[in-house]
Amino acid sequence: MDSAAVLDRTFAALADPTRRAIVARLAYGEAGVLELAEPFAMSQPAVSKHLKVLESAGLIQRRRDAQRRLCRLAPERLKLVSDWAGGYREFWEESFSRLDDYLDDLQSQDDRHDPTRPDMSPKER
Amino acid sequence: MSTATLELDIPAGSPVITVRRFVQAPPQLVFEVLTQCRHLRRWWGPRRLELAVCEIDLRVGGGYRMVHRDADGSEFAFRGEYRELDPPHRLVQTFVYEGAPDDQALETTTLEPVPGGTVMVGTSLFSSVEARDAQVASGMEGGMRESYERLDELVAGLAATAG
Repeated sequence: MDSAAVLDRTFAALADPTRRAIVARLAYGEAGVLELAEPFAMSQPAVSKHLKVLESAGLIQRRRDAQRRLCRLAPERLKLVSDWAGGYREFWEESFSRLDDYLDDLQSQDDRHDPTRPDMSPKER
Repeated sequence: MSTATLELDIPAGSPVITVRRFVQAPPQLVFEVLTQCRHLRRWWGPRRLELAVCEIDLRVGGGYRMVHRDADGSEFAFRGEYRELDPPHRLVQTFVYEGAPDDQALETTTLEPVPGGTVMVGTSLFSSVEARDAQVASGMEGGMRESYERLDELVAGLAATAG
């Protein structure tokens, strides 16, 4: 799968509030299916269905430990999502922070009626 | 100003990205800094990228082209056409990353006057969720590469202390 397809599948898996809650819970550590089902008014099979979606999206891994089926986060996939959104966020965060500084400069120059900014006369503002 | 946080909405099922941010300037000035090269050079994109090329023909049907260049000389080029110009309220333009020229997005920017400044809302509508993800990922490649480099350094630093 290319990274776009991986992102599609990951976002689709995370589009559901129950699955997001499960991922948030697993951020604190490994947990069994019963434990994960506890906060939701939901049968264990229903929760298992959500786990299957998360597993096939590569977001969680499951293993068997004696009688328990344990789930844990597969952090590489979440890192892909956070890098993807992070690159975009970084671009805009930094652009806007530069814009803040720049607008600050422009407007303090404007207060002093700087002659080098003819197109920002008070009339136009 | 508590509203000066960047709100980024990337919904899972629809090919849209919304960026929302307060800026401390009146809409007229914000419209100018969004549409004039001499302003855009000073703020558009991360600091490590130089806006090496900026061409703007600001009229409906007119086009623009911008090229970001990093310290290695890698270039990221964007272009589009102005579809609606309603200063200082609204701006609609197409947006194409030249690395993926078949995927065109439609960008709508609205400027809402609020006490002390302007709330700017930019909405990009892509042809599909796939196109959104691919275009954004490739267009922001530079930023992501830098993140990876920082991660590499961090990991190398940790390994050195452990060893």
